[in-house]
Amino acid sequence: MSTGSGAATFVDRYPEEASIVRQAFFVAFVAFGLGALFGVIQALHRTDILRFIPSTDYYTVLTAHGVLLVIVFTIFFLVGLFQWAITRSFDRPVEDIRITKAWLALMSVGSVVTGVTILLGFVDEVGISADVLFTFYAPLQAHPLFYAGLAVFLVGTWIAGADWFRSWLAWNAEHPDDRIPLQAFVVLTTMLMWYIATIGVAVAVLFFLLPWSLGLIETVNPLLTRTLFWFFGHPVVYFWLMPAYLLWYTVLPKIAGGRLFSDPLARVVFVLFLLLSTPVGIHHQYLDPGIAESFKFIAMTNTMFLLLPSLLTAFTVVASVEHGARQRGGTGLFGWLRALPWRDPAFTGMMLAGLMFAAGGFSGMINAGMNINYLVHNTLWVPGHFHLTVGTAVALTMMAGTYWLWPQLTNRRLYSRPIGLLQVVVWFGGMALMSNAMHVSGLYGIPRRTAEPQYQGFDFSTAFGSVAELNVQLAIGGTLLFVSALLFLANLAFSWGNPTTSGLGQTLPPALSGPDDSPRVLDNMRLWAAIALVLVALAYALPLGAIVADSGLFGPGGDAYPVTVVLNSVAVTAERLTASVGATLADVGGVLEVIR
Amino acid sequence: MHIHQYEKLWLGLSLLLIVGFVATVTYGAVGTPAISMIGDDGDTLNPNAIDDHPEFGDPGVEKVGESEYAAYVVARQFMFQPDPIVVPANTTVTFYVTSADVIHGFSVVGTNANTMVIPGEVAELTVEINDPGEYGIVCHEYCGNGHHGMEGLLKVVPADEYDGGDAE
Repeated sequence: MSTGSGAATFVDRYPEEASIVRQAFFVAFVAFGLGALFGVIQALHRTDILRFIPSTDYYTVLTAHGVLLVIVFTIFFLVGLFQWAITRSFDRPVEDIRITKAWLALMSVGSVVTGVTILLGFVDEVGISADVLFTFYAPLQAHPLFYAGLAVFLVGTWIAGADWFRSWLAWNAEHPDDRIPLQAFVVLTTMLMWYIATIGVAVAVLFFLLPWSLGLIETVNPLLTRTLFWFFGHPVVYFWLMPAYLLWYTVLPKIAGGRLFSDPLARVVFVLFLLLSTPVGIHHQYLDPGIAESFKFIAMTNTMFLLLPSLLTAFTVVASVEHGARQRGGTGLFGWLRALPWRDPAFTGMMLAGLMFAAGGFSGMINAGMNINYLVHNTLWVPGHFHLTVGTAVALTMMAGTYWLWPQLTNRRLYSRPIGLLQVVVWFGGMALMSNAMHVSGLYGIPRRTAEPQYQGFDFSTAFGSVAELNVQLAIGGTLLFVSALLFLANLAFSWGNPTTSGLGQTLPPALSGPDDSPRVLDNMRLWAAIALVLVALAYALPLGAIVADSGLFGPGGDAYPVTVVLNSVAVTAERLTASVGATLADVGGVLEVIR
Repeated sequence: MHIHQYEKLWLGLSLLLIVGFVATVTYGAVGTPAISMIGDDGDTLNPNAIDDHPEFGDPGVEKVGESEYAAYVVARQFMFQPDPIVVPANTTVTFYVTSADVIHGFSVVGTNANTMVIPGEVAELTVEINDPGEYGIVCHEYCGNGHHGMEGLLKVVPADEYDGGDAE
């Protein structure tokens, strides 16, 4: 690592809190490793380059990939980072470490329960599965433990937020006239957004899906639970993104050698995210029957305005980095770029992540355009988009941030900076290939979320190149990403073998333009939460009301799929029988295929 | 509070971009020719009672106007009914698509004829059909462990070869 400023590290000053952060990161990285493995299996399987699992298991792999990466990895990293940010920026220990340990334990138990329930899908004999993908759309039904684990996990995150608000109140009592430190400001606004966002998924899981999976209610309304999912499903992407933003705003300028350009504008950005993240979820449902076009139009308009905070961020981050470069002696219109610390994996990782976020932003603008969305909806274009955003802007920034933060949490230097640098560059290259192939495949109409996008009755026509070339590109990209993930995990694991060193502490400088000349109303959490709730009510009251009025709280009827096998041994036998007949037929089919 | 002049300029340009996007999307939705969206026009129905439904009980294509046709399509694990869907060229076809079981997708590959198919809801989309040809139809939403096999075919035949709509 770069030579520390010689200051005491976070772990020196707050050993108990540092231990919490390390534990949260540990869970995050275990999930990351597993998720990456499942990712490369999919990249090779769906392109038909290498298939070593049956296609029916592909969906177990896909569910695990989604849940482990975007629920477990991202959110455990978030709570670790936010705990660090709260403790560091308020400069005070947690109020009661038992509470802190309790929420981490709840989140972990919930994740393990849900994760194991998903993975049991590989073992047919157990009769437990949750092949419902990350979105768990009813009437596809998972085992009750899948929903129960999610609920426990959510409660853990709620207590975490309450823990951080409690720290704020305690700090505020001692510093009544101070502005909230920027890092704490990010944490508090993000958690307010999370409380509002999770109302949707909590209602869907606790009032409908969990009781339904337990047999307490007979039916659910698929459109209603789907809409409640997307009530949560869009703000959750900003929940993933906010830790990356926290690092870009408060750590990246320092690594670049400078200071944040503007603290007040940063506050405006985070308030905008709080206000606009939730009343946009219907843009995931542009193609849903049962939701009026006018509601889709409102969601589209809100979505476009949600571009604003990210565009402002692009300005502030680049300006801060340029300031850093000029402090380091950089000159010229673009010549300052050469003065930046490109050999530092933390810096280069975050910069490459930011660059890819710009590309992801552009493909997101296309998704948001509600009429052009008809061309790309549920094609491979969409995962191409979010592998740039959550898969790179978020994930690569988290890895880069770890390179910077880990020594301060352990008092051990990073095992190898060159390997770290190679790792972030390989991630960028792998994602460039994979995401490009996915976007282009999507334009040709190739669907997402399928084990075998090779059809009997027709071929996909390409404007240039061929589907085979795109598949090779996708598979090479996915393989590089997996290699990069292994390099990251190995680098961290080997770091644990380094001897402890003192003086690895880093300090964060204040912004060039500080918070003091900005209006105090920016720090009024109660006001912003109230406005956010009003906006959510405006965007959702009518569509949800219309859905319930049209097809009822519990829908017009219909069964759960697959037919529940938990307690009913007759059903279990019948299903196994069907499965073995199906397998035999498939074998016969396979033989015929060979013969032909 | 102090805002740098470059930052003000950037803010202005960003807002201009956003307003521009909203304007083009709005033009696409209400201008001519408008791209019609999936809305809430369709009925609701019990997916378990589809077989008794007057239209979806025997899904197929019907003539409803001079050059207008209605195509009733049922999506179920793991097929579309009817398959193939046969329609005459140079007509306007309104697809009514519903599901007998879980959520599916219905997308005519290479076109923007695309909708979610949600049990209990009827998706209604009107499409201008041009020249004869064959188009693949894919289910683009995961619908169970046989999802990857769920496909259909849309056959557009010359008007004089069209035999009245019974696809089977």
